[in-house]
Amino acid sequence: MDLRKVAKYANLVGFIAYFLFLLFSFWKGFEPGKKIAFNLGYFSIEMLKILPLAFILIGLFEVWIKKETIEKHFGEKSGLRGHIGGILLAGTTVGGLYVAFPVAYSLYGKGADLGVIFTYIAASAICRIPMTIFEASFLGIKFSIIRLFVSIPLIIISSMLLGKYLTKRGHAIKDGE
Amino acid sequence: MLIIITIAISFFADRNKTYRAIKIAIKKFSRILPAFAAMLILVSIILGLIPNSIILHYLGKSNISKGVIMASFFGSITLMPGFIAFPLCGILLKKGVTYTVLSAFTTTLMMVGFVTFPLEKKYFGVKVTILRNLLSLFIALIVAITTGIFFGEIFTWI
Repeated sequence: MDLRKVAKYANLVGFIAYFLFLLFSFWKGFEPGKKIAFNLGYFSIEMLKILPLAFILIGLFEVWIKKETIEKHFGEKSGLRGHIGGILLAGTTVGGLYVAFPVAYSLYGKGADLGVIFTYIAASAICRIPMTIFEASFLGIKFSIIRLFVSIPLIIISSMLLGKYLTKRGHAIKDGE
Repeated sequence: MLIIITIAISFFADRNKTYRAIKIAIKKFSRILPAFAAMLILVSIILGLIPNSIILHYLGKSNISKGVIMASFFGSITLMPGFIAFPLCGILLKKGVTYTVLSAFTTTLMMVGFVTFPLEKKYFGVKVTILRNLLSLFIALIVAITTGIFFGEIFTWI
């Protein structure tokens, strides 16, 4: 049996053990277990609200947007403009990292530069506009502005370096294999 | 709502393309679903083991350097939607937790993903995932320190 198969079985066993544990927790009234079950339900619903729509948008993007358009705006030759474009695109992303990854893959398939993709991913974690407004209402505008002004240049520089390094080594993004 | 309008426009513009788009969406979604399930299970366990009260307890009492380390730790391993995380930060701020510590917490929370690892590695592979997360952690620390300087919480002699 090769390693992949072993890993597959291990995952399956873990999966079953997890659900048995949840069932057991309800049966015996084990509080932490019940809390985990509640978390699972809560986050599953939150994701189901976002994910199907996000994936439909990705599908529409795949069929409607021409490869040349993405290559021109986010491709290798787009330079700093591509990175800024990536940040603007990230500002409108909903959800967070878990939505950004599949979007990033589609961008990559259409010829976006790896560095721009890393900028997009990092920015979709911390530069989402609705989230930033919400943050400012709890921690103050000064806090949010400092965070954005410090993190954006760092994100662009580190993504450029990471992108260059990986492109040189011929790294590819996979579609959830 | 906006998305429904987008789909409708796409449908009227080209019916076949829209069908194809939905097919692609379903295919992509179902292929990555196991990784999402793994992520949800990890989130549920970690948030079950580390309730907000523990985060409040640890971040509320530590000094600034210890606080930043604890905050980056909690921020890295947990995942919370903004509408839970920021009110929590609001409470911490009122309790006297420094902006430096809160900055480390929120930035790692958003950028460094231990629980998104199963998902991220499907797209980027294990090595790049680790590299990206380490870089993000590093950026978060710089952001936290700068925040501290601007709020006069560290290097107060300047």
